[in-house]
Amino acid sequence: MLEIKDLKVSVDQKKILKGLSLKINKGEVHALMGPNGSGKSTLSYVLSGKDNYNIDEGSISFKNENLLNMDVDERANKGLFLAFQYPMEIPGVQTSFFLRTAINAKRKFLNLPELDALEFAKSLKTISEDLSIDPEILKRDLNLNYSGGEKKKQEILQLSMLNPDLAILDETDSGLDIDALRVVADGVNKFRSSDNAFLIITHYQRLLDYVKPDFVHIIADGNIVNSGDYSLAIELEEKGYEKMANV
Amino acid sequence: MAATEKTISQVTKLGSSDYKYGFSSNIEDVKAPKGLNPDVVKYISAQKNEPKWLLDWRLKALETFFNLKKPEWAKLKIPEIDFQDYYYYSSPKSIKDKPKSLDEIDPEILKTYEKLGIPLQEQKVLSGIAVDVVLDSVSIATTYRKQLSELGIIFCSISEAIKDYPDLVKKYLGSVIPVADHSFAALNSAVFTDGSFVYIPENVRCPVELSTYFRINAKNTGQFERTLIIADKNSYVSYLEGCTAPMRDENQLHAANVELIALDNAEIKYSTVQNWYPGDKEGKGGIYNFVTKRGACRGDNSKISWTQVETGSAITWKYPSCILQGDNSKGEFYSVAITNNCQQADTGTKMIHIGKNTTSKIISKGICAGQADNTYRGQVKISSKAKKARNFTQCDSLLIGNTCGSHTVPYIESSNSDSQIEHEATTSKINEEQLFYCQQRGLSNEEAVGLIVNGFCKEVLQHLPMEFAVEAQKLVSISLEGSVG
Repeated sequence: MLEIKDLKVSVDQKKILKGLSLKINKGEVHALMGPNGSGKSTLSYVLSGKDNYNIDEGSISFKNENLLNMDVDERANKGLFLAFQYPMEIPGVQTSFFLRTAINAKRKFLNLPELDALEFAKSLKTISEDLSIDPEILKRDLNLNYSGGEKKKQEILQLSMLNPDLAILDETDSGLDIDALRVVADGVNKFRSSDNAFLIITHYQRLLDYVKPDFVHIIADGNIVNSGDYSLAIELEEKGYEKMANV
Repeated sequence: MAATEKTISQVTKLGSSDYKYGFSSNIEDVKAPKGLNPDVVKYISAQKNEPKWLLDWRLKALETFFNLKKPEWAKLKIPEIDFQDYYYYSSPKSIKDKPKSLDEIDPEILKTYEKLGIPLQEQKVLSGIAVDVVLDSVSIATTYRKQLSELGIIFCSISEAIKDYPDLVKKYLGSVIPVADHSFAALNSAVFTDGSFVYIPENVRCPVELSTYFRINAKNTGQFERTLIIADKNSYVSYLEGCTAPMRDENQLHAANVELIALDNAEIKYSTVQNWYPGDKEGKGGIYNFVTKRGACRGDNSKISWTQVETGSAITWKYPSCILQGDNSKGEFYSVAITNNCQQADTGTKMIHIGKNTTSKIISKGICAGQADNTYRGQVKISSKAKKARNFTQCDSLLIGNTCGSHTVPYIESSNSDSQIEHEATTSKINEEQLFYCQQRGLSNEEAVGLIVNGFCKEVLQHLPMEFAVEAQKLVSISLEGSVG
């Protein structure tokens, strides 16, 4: 699904990623854990194609194509989804309208007809109920005056509706109370299948208690310094980053 | 390249060749001699078989025009206009008298309107909308007239109204915009050619949207339309105008006067989607749009609401205003003005509070890209008699790129201590993070800009009649893609 090879990235001449490699196969859930400033969010932005990140070396292939040649929207429409750490507010644009626009953009890309309004309403209803999202909120402007929890649930709603092959969750657990965390995790688990893959970026182990990863990677100073299974996350929680990064 | 830079480069790349109404039609026309003088005014008046009082009124207006200086308050670079270099009257040759039925209309004209998406054939007319169609200087057709006349509603061209309802015209023409108001008002009064006339009788709620579609076709021709709408006591009407013009390298002149009169408890909703040719991306050609629109809330509890979406024209100079004479009367102004490439707009409103408990609301959204300039200019004036008058003004500007300019110039005068005036203004740049977020959800750069800008304008667009709101939304997006389409 995704293969990152020896990726070196800098921002304004400052080196952030220093030769990172990572391979994610279909059906796998990978967790990427690391302290602040280790390059976690940079990786998510580089994967999704944000501006101002210079790729100095290395390659990324996504579904056997060169990801780095694609525009942001092309990556999205080919099945890469980023759940934002700070979802953007878009005043004047109704949440459900935004969702429909996004779905239809993808369908247009795939040469499919626009999604029937009724069909859209049905799946929106089902998925938002699963995520205990108040239907009223879907009529409001996107993310405007949403609580932190509502914003994160909204990201998972979009994820489920857009049905990506690879979903990157950038600190989706930050700012969530325990109930919201559970709802978000349930949403992810429900969506998880043998056809798709996840890259979960997080500081803490707690989301991983609910969404069990197949692989855990520790990133420090722009590189993956340790990889293992779920037990690595537990060990990390006990010992802290400083020790684990030096292993 | 940063997302906004991408937007800017796309915006500049797309030239005005994308203006989809830019075609010109080969319609034989009859023109007045070029230039502006009493003989031309007499020619126009004679073409229309006008009564003497109107000819005299026109000639006086012409004299006034020659004596007045051009208004200079706007922040616009207006090239010297040679008023002698225009034709002031152009009529399709085939239309000597207004055709009695559509069968009599030149097929070339019908084709023109079909291309514009305005079907004139009755069986195809847009349901729920009656249309008056003005090509260059004359009204071509008015649909739905019979059905409307059963309710006592008069909807016809101003030329016909002068013939058929002289008393109404005489009573109200120039009563809201005095001839000597400023030079463009005087010019229009002297040479106005056609436009719409609406009268809604007492206690009638007009069941359909009334609409006028203006089209300038002939070369070097000015269009001077005159519209007069009277809503008698307890009546309601919603009126919409749309405008387009061919792409021509010369600047064309458009100076309209629109007068609205609302009597007791009457309401007029006036919407404009202005999509005149804006000129090419170097600023060559395009319409000079000098428009005077003013409504008088003469009656108590009357209401006038202006909604405008201004996307076209090389220069827009326009301040739809309300004179709130009746007690408890209401004035509203909702505006979206988009300028791209070399377009300039200086637009806003005047709310003149005279009656007691009068209220006004102004929502203005300016969007600016390319090298364009966009100014909101608005006056709120509260007279000493206007006890407990209230105004709320909100002006928001959105900038795309670093080479455009946006300005907000409010004038507030209050002679009354118990009035309440609020003014809010914001200026922002299109947010790169928002663009990235939308693109990450699969929207192209243009789609993302369109979505964000439409969200920005929503408070205004939602005041448009439903049938036109969707069109306007598309227009907003397209205007910023490159040009007006």
